[in-house]
Amino acid sequence: MVTGFLTFFIIFAVIGSILYGRRLIRTEKSDAVFGNPERAKGGIHWVVVGASFLILSWLYYSWDIAKSFYPKSANELCQVAKVNESLLSLKYLFPIVERQHKSTAIIKRENLNIEKKITLIQNNANLKSKDKEILINILRKTKLMIPTLTSEKYLEDNTKNIVNELTARINILMAEFPKDSYPTLSVEEKNELDVGLEKQLGWGATGMEVPTLPESKRGLKFHVAAVELNSISDEFFEMRNHNPEYLRQSESIFSDIKEYMDGLDDGRELDYIKDIKKLVRRIEYASIFPPKTLNEFEKSIVAFDEVQKNEQGGLTVIDALLFPAGKIVSNGSQCSEAGPGRWLPKPSDTFRIFGDLLKPSVGYKMIPMLWYEMMGVNQIVGFVLPDWIADIMPGKYPIHKQDGTVDPNFKSKVLDIVTGEFKAFKIPIPAGHIWDSFLRVFLGLSLGIIMGVPLGLFMGLNRFAKGFFDPLVELYRPVPPLAWAPLVITVFGIDNVGKVFLLFMVSFSIMIISARAGASGTQLSKIHAAHSLGASKWQILREVIFPNSLPEILTGIRVAVGMCWGTLVAAEFLAGTTGIGFVENVARKYMQYEVIWITIFVMGMLGLLFDVTIRKIIDKTIPWRGKG
Amino acid sequence: MSDLVSQKVNMIFKSLKGETVHALKDISFSLKKGELLTVLGPSGCGKTTLLNIAAGFLRPTSGSINLGGKEINGPGVERGMVFQQGALFEWLTVNENVNFGLRMKKEDPVKTAKKVEEWLDIVGLKGFGNTPTYQLSGGMQQRVALARCLINDPDLILMDEPLGALDALTREKMQSLVLKIWKETGKTIILITHSVEEALLLGERLYVMAPRPGRIHKEYNLPFAKMGLNGDLREIKNHKDFVSKREEILSMIWNMEEEIMGKDI
Repeated sequence: MVTGFLTFFIIFAVIGSILYGRRLIRTEKSDAVFGNPERAKGGIHWVVVGASFLILSWLYYSWDIAKSFYPKSANELCQVAKVNESLLSLKYLFPIVERQHKSTAIIKRENLNIEKKITLIQNNANLKSKDKEILINILRKTKLMIPTLTSEKYLEDNTKNIVNELTARINILMAEFPKDSYPTLSVEEKNELDVGLEKQLGWGATGMEVPTLPESKRGLKFHVAAVELNSISDEFFEMRNHNPEYLRQSESIFSDIKEYMDGLDDGRELDYIKDIKKLVRRIEYASIFPPKTLNEFEKSIVAFDEVQKNEQGGLTVIDALLFPAGKIVSNGSQCSEAGPGRWLPKPSDTFRIFGDLLKPSVGYKMIPMLWYEMMGVNQIVGFVLPDWIADIMPGKYPIHKQDGTVDPNFKSKVLDIVTGEFKAFKIPIPAGHIWDSFLRVFLGLSLGIIMGVPLGLFMGLNRFAKGFFDPLVELYRPVPPLAWAPLVITVFGIDNVGKVFLLFMVSFSIMIISARAGASGTQLSKIHAAHSLGASKWQILREVIFPNSLPEILTGIRVAVGMCWGTLVAAEFLAGTTGIGFVENVARKYMQYEVIWITIFVMGMLGLLFDVTIRKIIDKTIPWRGKG
Repeated sequence: MSDLVSQKVNMIFKSLKGETVHALKDISFSLKKGELLTVLGPSGCGKTTLLNIAAGFLRPTSGSINLGGKEINGPGVERGMVFQQGALFEWLTVNENVNFGLRMKKEDPVKTAKKVEEWLDIVGLKGFGNTPTYQLSGGMQQRVALARCLINDPDLILMDEPLGALDALTREKMQSLVLKIWKETGKTIILITHSVEEALLLGERLYVMAPRPGRIHKEYNLPFAKMGLNGDLREIKNHKDFVSKREEILSMIWNMEEEIMGKDI
């Protein structure tokens, strides 16, 4: 419903914007020359068109427009797919989808195989001539077996009857199918269907599956016809043209083989025997009939195919127009989307699932995306304060007394505080996948800045520091951060420590390099000026070199944020139990395309948020940049 | 006794390749307190090197420069410096730039603020105190640089082509300002310039330096700076003596340049 309105709204917006844009072009034509950069300014209406095309493509290729305007279409197409699936195996027998009759193709192929085998055996220098003779003899016999299947005179009446009966069944189906009264269901069947339909969920409710049971009159027709066709097809393929003449031939071949194998000492010839056996079996199970036996059957199938195509009516148009680049397919018990409708989630489903994910009670894998949890202050204190504070306190830890109690003393009380074992009120702190990812980036980046900037400045000002630390930094920096990930995660664990350390490595090198560039890029005249104004070394560092390096440092931070974000998501793919990358990786395993797209979107938005925030900070902190 | 005395200053630069450049050779001069010296010369004659030695940024290879009887040994507050591009700290406002020296000495902020106001008034920047320096024009930036240097009350002011990057009109205004400050404060000033006119106009004494090795080629004692204190600078520029001196020095420098070019080619 919403999608329908949205579609119309977007189409109107696009048309309106294009008309407006055209009018603007016409009025501006006289006073703008090509190449004038002014011409690229403005143009919100084209943004509307661009965005609309994106959304429209999404709606269209995810088949959401089909779902919104024809909610039953997928279910009906599923029923059609069932008929097509049942028909397909029968159609493959005849030159309908294939170039030639299946029997013809098999006979041609197997004759060729037999000839090949004969030449192979004749040319084999390792075989005794006596063995060769026997093997070739068996192959010749196999070849002679084919005419017993293709000859009209050996065809049994029983087989003929079955073929005629199946043909008649198709003809009856063909006659009944277009009628309005078709199908006539028994009360039991009807009840069963109704019960099934009641339980059945809508299209897209379970992911990529399409509801299987027919929901409409037309669907029911195809559904029942598919059942009938399945039974016809099953019966046909059970039928064998194994007439007495064929059976006699076959028995003789197998007895020859048995006789030969009894006299065999070593197994080298066994391979040939195995191949020959396979050949015989292939001919046995192929549905080979005399050339004209199946003519009527084929005609009926072709005719029925026409009829069912006609009966699809408007559905073919919907299928062609609203199900682009794919179709609904049936395989056995269920129908599913094949094509972009499968991997490009429908906006309506995506927003619904996004809403579910955002609910703190649902979240993903029992963890909310972004929410808060209550944590005792004692836990936080215990986490922040190191335990050795208690160890360095004067005195000794208390020893238990004879009555089994322990009197706490000062030292043990301090230990209780630093380990967080005391009662305190609780405060809300953020939690969830998004928060975890954010926190990792923040910690890794902060550590990198805190350690990288001073070292970088030092390296920019001091020959020893530059020389000493340069090899270290330059050796690890060019390695792609993800190449470190397996090692770092193995050493520091799959939880936060490993990831934060990895991000620290990323931001550390970037911060060193940018701070170094900033420090070494300070104009000498500014340093001279500061010197002759009486500033000390430390003052020059703090008041001149550091602020002068700020533009480089902040640009470095901006680069580092981007790098950290990319590295983190990939690191979360590798291992871990929380984080936005983790969510995407799990969604990938379960083929939850909606969740995958949602995580992609969330990552993009967070990346953008980081970048915009830092850009704002840069504009506020160093307004003089580029104006000095 | 705050005379500036230079004794046989020699400066020899050695490049990493082992080439030596004799930047200054036996520079000896003395400057009384309150004198204004302009130094002129073609590029590469060692003007800036001389100034850097006087400021204490460079140590001479031999010889020494003494200020008030004390040998110059590293940069100090008693020698203020004004650079070509101002070398202002663009992350600070005008006020913060001007009071930089006093802040570094951790002086009383109230007194400092008063001083800053006075000096901004003198250099003609009243009311610009809270403006960020990157928003100022070139001339205004030089005024800030002057104020920043003068607020420290140095004995000697060293100016390295302070007006070189300004447009002609601003330049003239700044020349008057320099003269005005010289008169009001009575500071010893060494001013390096490219412009013959400026050197003649501002210099009580003028050294024309010659390159390779850098040395003092000719020395003039000029009346124009004193005249400029009271009179119109434009009038002085059209003065007969001024014009003839200008032509003399110009042809001198041209000859030097030709000599160098001849050597090079």
